[in-house]
Amino acid sequence: MIYLKLFLIFLKIGAFTFGGGYAMLPLVADEAAAQGWLDSETMLDFVAVSESTPGPFAVNIATFVGSRTAGVFGAVCATAGVVLPSFIIILIVSKFLAKFRENRFVSGAMTGIKPAATGLIAAALFAAAATVFFPAGLSGARFAEPSFYLSAGIFALAAVLAFKKLHPIAVVGVCAALGVAAGYAFGL
Amino acid sequence: MNVYADLFLTFAKIGAFTFGGGYAMIPLIRRETAEKGKWISDEELTEIVAVAESTPGPIAVNAATYVGSRAAGFFGALLATLGVTLPSFCVILALSFLHSEFHELTPVRYAFFGIRAGVLALILRALFLMWKQTPKKVFSYAVFAAAFAVCAFLPIHPVIVIAVCAAAGIVFSLVSERRRAEK
Repeated sequence: MIYLKLFLIFLKIGAFTFGGGYAMLPLVADEAAAQGWLDSETMLDFVAVSESTPGPFAVNIATFVGSRTAGVFGAVCATAGVVLPSFIIILIVSKFLAKFRENRFVSGAMTGIKPAATGLIAAALFAAAATVFFPAGLSGARFAEPSFYLSAGIFALAAVLAFKKLHPIAVVGVCAALGVAAGYAFGL
Repeated sequence: MNVYADLFLTFAKIGAFTFGGGYAMIPLIRRETAEKGKWISDEELTEIVAVAESTPGPIAVNAATYVGSRAAGFFGALLATLGVTLPSFCVILALSFLHSEFHELTPVRYAFFGIRAGVLALILRALFLMWKQTPKKVFSYAVFAAAFAVCAFLPIHPVIVIAVCAAAGIVFSLVSERRRAEK
């Protein structure tokens, strides 16, 4: 059943994402592709939507995937699933907060999880870059298309803006405007 | 005001006005709770941020659950968590319907053509920020490289990668602890 499946898959995602935010992206992308829920372009669109709307990224992305897959009730199931593991764990941990953090198994596990989560985000970036720059797979013909260079130019500008600490919403806004201008100018 | 209603409304406000989630939410939570002398102290909030890093799930949800549970037990935790989740749930639900209605329109298609390239830059920046927080040790670099390679090029689920790296981290810390003790 789709509702149960959404709930369980997002439960798993919620239980294995540390640090929140973009750390969730590789897991969601992997599941969405495996289940055939979203294509990788819709996934990227949605990262932008999530950056431009309030609330935790994890909740946003669960709601979006759930609603796209199975409507309002699907959104409820996915969101409940992604929230539940941290809800239960914090309820338990809140009784002995300091002891938890000083536990050598917890801190030991974190020395492995932190760089692993960073590596997973690097892999998600790699896959996202492939979607943007080579949507039809790697081929020489792609270098003859203007959209390749337009994407590269917009990416370079956005990277400069993002690293100059421009707010993500502003970055998304600038890129949307550039996309519209480029689209009409080059008839993409 | 009833403490349950207060928890729900306070966290709904926090959920509705934080963009980007995660750490962006912490200053707002501090302003609405500790600074008003409500529910938890400043030190506790700092502690919960540290704990949130070593427990799974979104930091905002972790913080809401913790504050709610300290203020009013299980139902306090439930209402605070519901509060922090509900605004984005409603906004996203509306947007997901709009996106599926309008994403075929030419200007919207063009806008998302630009946005997709921009999102790469946002992910790159998130990656950079996480990289800066990673300890500068050979072990971290090795785990980073292995996790990247496995996830990018092999059909292995990220959950398995996380679990294996957690186990490797435990073994590595215990071994280096023992080595220090022997010296």
